[in-house]
Amino acid sequence: MEFFIDPARCIGCQACVHACSECETHKGHSMIHLEYVDRSASTQTVPTVCMHCESPTCADVCPADAIKRSGDGRVMTARKPRCIACSNCVLACPFGVPKMMAEFDLMMKCDMCYDRTSTGRKPMCATVCPSGALFYGPREEVEQLRKRSRPVNQFQFGQQTLRTKVNLMVPRHSQAELLDVTAAMHEPPAGRSIALNVLAPEA
Amino acid sequence: MSHSLNEQDREFPDGRPESAQPRWRQDFPTDEPEDQALARREFTKFLILTSGAFVTGQCWIGAMSLLRDERRPPEKRLASESEVPVGGVLEFRYPTEDDPCLLLRLRDGRLVAYGQQCSHLSCAVIPNPDRGRLHCPCHNGTFETGEGRPIAGPPRRPLPRITLDVRDGVIYATGVELRTV
Repeated sequence: MEFFIDPARCIGCQACVHACSECETHKGHSMIHLEYVDRSASTQTVPTVCMHCESPTCADVCPADAIKRSGDGRVMTARKPRCIACSNCVLACPFGVPKMMAEFDLMMKCDMCYDRTSTGRKPMCATVCPSGALFYGPREEVEQLRKRSRPVNQFQFGQQTLRTKVNLMVPRHSQAELLDVTAAMHEPPAGRSIALNVLAPEA
Repeated sequence: MSHSLNEQDREFPDGRPESAQPRWRQDFPTDEPEDQALARREFTKFLILTSGAFVTGQCWIGAMSLLRDERRPPEKRLASESEVPVGGVLEFRYPTEDDPCLLLRLRDGRLVAYGQQCSHLSCAVIPNPDRGRLHCPCHNGTFETGEGRPIAGPPRRPLPRITLDVRDGVIYATGVELRTV
């Protein structure tokens, strides 16, 4: 079972945001980010859950040793007794995932609904997503469902190449091995186009 | 720990293998199983060092009690009997200048003397002869004056008793009696 995000399918319905807040591991607090790409030009939205890096930058920069990855590769919310609310992880995360919850002095983040996925169920967001932008299931199933897409889990962030547990769907015909995380920040889409130049050039 | 307990092929940001990573990555592992695991070698080291420390401590205590000076301290003249009326208190230092003591004449006329340091944490006790109490203000410990035994608060041991001798109307301190009960 793997997580696949297909931002092109997102319809901005906010179902995932509300479902997320019902997760048992962070009751009442939604950890998903649902962002407009360019609100003045388009209604296109992009859902962002934690990508669960194989080498989590958030954990590397944590001065309090508070962020840990579970045995099956899920990066967890900071440990309450250790977290000093310094926001290093918030600033360092290539995907902007961690949230500093000032009322608890605690960094909280998406843990892929650890209570659910560890018992074989789907994460809340993937359960409710009506358009399949957030999909949790076997890789064969997504390949069969999305004939025109293929999953990518390598990203470029500055000098760093990241591999993640969560996959992002890209057009099947694209040859790109990597997605450049920061490329979209420098090139706002022109006109009504919402295609961002995030596919890194071929190596 | 020299090896990863969690067999995930992890790529580090600097691209080098795990064996070439700085020491802090071993000391502060990211993965939970590794973070919670206590290697057998570390546990053995902890056991040996801790029990070694206990043995050293016991030997130290034994050596100190063997070396302790068991001789009675010399007699010291404190005051003439007439200087301590009934209900009166006299401060003195015995056996050394660093050991403050109290001489009291109780209401029944008996003369008693105790070290002034509370048996809890060595604060100076304050005599209250009218009520027959010695009070330690630090933690509200209270001793009775008849035997110097604790009756309230945290102290569990009685105050050290100074043995007295009265000859020809003069009070002498003759020794210190350390008591545990």
